[in-house]
Amino acid sequence: MADVILQNITKTYNKGETRAVNDVSFAVEKGELFGLIGPDGAGKTSIFRILSTLLLADSGTAKVNGFDVVKDYRSIRNQVGYMPGKFSLYQDLTVEENLSFFATVFNSTIEENYGLIKDIYVQIEPFKTRRAGKLSGGMKQKLALCCALIHRPTVLFLDEPTTGVDAVSRKEFWEMLKRLKEQGITILVSTPYMDEATLCERIALIQNGSVISIGTPENIISHFPKKLLSAKSGQMSRLLTHIRQFPETASCFSFGDAHHVTFSENKNQMNELLVFLKTKNHHDVEIKEITPTIEDCFIDLMK
Amino acid sequence: MKTLFFLLQKEFTQIFRDTVILRMIMAVPVVQLLILPLAADYEIKNINITVIDHDHSFFSRDLTSRIMASGYFRLSGFGQSFNEGFAQMETDKTDLVLEIPPSFEKDLVNGEKGKLFIAVNAINGTKANIGAVYLNRIIAQFNQNIRAEMAPAPKMAALPTIEITNLNWFNKYLDYPHFMVPGILVLLVTMVGALMCSLNIVKEKEIGTIEQINVTPIRKHHFILGKLIPFWVIGMFVFSVGLFLIARLVYGIVPQGSILLLYGFLSIYLVAVMGVGLIISTYANTQQQAMSLAFFFLMIFILMSGLFTPIDSMPEWAKWIARFNPVTWFIEVMRMIVLKGSGFHHIRLHFLVITGFAIFFNAWAILNYKKTS
Repeated sequence: MADVILQNITKTYNKGETRAVNDVSFAVEKGELFGLIGPDGAGKTSIFRILSTLLLADSGTAKVNGFDVVKDYRSIRNQVGYMPGKFSLYQDLTVEENLSFFATVFNSTIEENYGLIKDIYVQIEPFKTRRAGKLSGGMKQKLALCCALIHRPTVLFLDEPTTGVDAVSRKEFWEMLKRLKEQGITILVSTPYMDEATLCERIALIQNGSVISIGTPENIISHFPKKLLSAKSGQMSRLLTHIRQFPETASCFSFGDAHHVTFSENKNQMNELLVFLKTKNHHDVEIKEITPTIEDCFIDLMK
Repeated sequence: MKTLFFLLQKEFTQIFRDTVILRMIMAVPVVQLLILPLAADYEIKNINITVIDHDHSFFSRDLTSRIMASGYFRLSGFGQSFNEGFAQMETDKTDLVLEIPPSFEKDLVNGEKGKLFIAVNAINGTKANIGAVYLNRIIAQFNQNIRAEMAPAPKMAALPTIEITNLNWFNKYLDYPHFMVPGILVLLVTMVGALMCSLNIVKEKEIGTIEQINVTPIRKHHFILGKLIPFWVIGMFVFSVGLFLIARLVYGIVPQGSILLLYGFLSIYLVAVMGVGLIISTYANTQQQAMSLAFFFLMIFILMSGLFTPIDSMPEWAKWIARFNPVTWFIEVMRMIVLKGSGFHHIRLHFLVITGFAIFFNAWAILNYKKTS
């Protein structure tokens, strides 16, 4: 049975005016690393707060570890770890005090579950007498993860754990998650960074409170309906305008150092485009077919 | 029980680590109790008076020196005309102008009526009023002395006079700090209970730690008790410092009644005001909001408590507000136990009322807590 199940969850704010979560259903299997991918304001945090029993949904049911989030919220609180997007540990307590406080409120001790957090904790152990508020962003993240893990939860909710963390720490963080997954912990993680999507086993793309696609990253990519081209030249901004003027262009977006182009007819009109661009005085254009990324899929699905 | 113990341990670690709060807890009672009772004194002294003496006679000089000898007045100058005195009043250099007419002594010696003119600067109504009363009393005494001197002896005996002797009960020397210190002690514990307690809870909301606490198995009543108990202890501590260190050593105030009774009432009172703090913390989301709310209530509580102005002289509607103010009841109890030495049977009603407040405020806060989760 799945560890986390959401069925038709809807949540509105401002007396129904703002629809934060709109009829969302998905399930996370035991021991899975599941990613909620979506931009800011997509409703990720609301979903997390509903699952961690902090927020009541307007309608729909949700179950964690087989417990209903409304009726059995107390059992859920004993078994899940939640790491909010905002650093919410006691800034005036030291690293060690925070950790032992959260261990004791779960009727546990640091020693009891030290094995689980050892890999992460050794990195912050040199600073264990430092107050949490004085740690760097990456350190805070690691401490928060330790505190969420200290009672050996079966399900871990991580709300945007890598937001505001440098690239190296982000990479480290994902490696830590993989190791935790190997310990059999079910992990539900959210992120606004599309490039992190491929690090999850399965993902749900979410936009304006609705799930627009769900599946493994490969699966979602393979369902990209069109051929995707990447175009480069010396004059990128002019190129963007002119590709968009080409009558068969369905979409053209700037992606890092290239433009990603799709055509409305699912044909390869690469040569026609090149001819068209020549008439607009582009001579050094480099076009090739590429495999789409999750971000391409997201933009395509958003339309 | 174990959870509560860990919560308390965490709470005290945080409080003792916060040097600002710690200094507040230590310094506030001392400073407030040392400054307020001495400064907020109703006894009006240093009333500035300008004397316009047109007479320059023995009588007029005698009257002036009697006024100055009373100790309430400070001579801000002699003037040549009333206009000069009035100009001084306009520039706020003087509070009272006494004008002695040219024929003051002559009229009195001739057995005619002497006339004096007093002008009062009524911008500060209390000071003006009291100043005028003092001055009138001195003049009346002066008048009696002249009559005694000038009237023949047998006639004097026939004059019926009433002599009044005062005896001040409970505060023999009308010592102002005796009246104020117990009241200010009440304010201090109220601040600790309502303000510090609510700020502490709202801080957890503001920083987001309450989210982290909410996803743990910590129960709501554990959390609330974990917040209330430390401030209850701090309230007790602050009160004891004020009562034993400042009130006794500095002002020599020794409670006449039972200390145990006093602490018994205090312990319930603290629960009541912490209930107010809890209510505030359920409505406020930021420390700034909590601060504004707490100040609003504390202002009303303090001004309507009978600390500065007697409740008996308030209008009927204000008396009702005062009755629904927990501070009023404790100030009354403080003054009764500390100054009068009242026993339990005198303050039974107060105990009942404050217990009611404690239950009411805390029930309201807990109900509201549940609603917002």
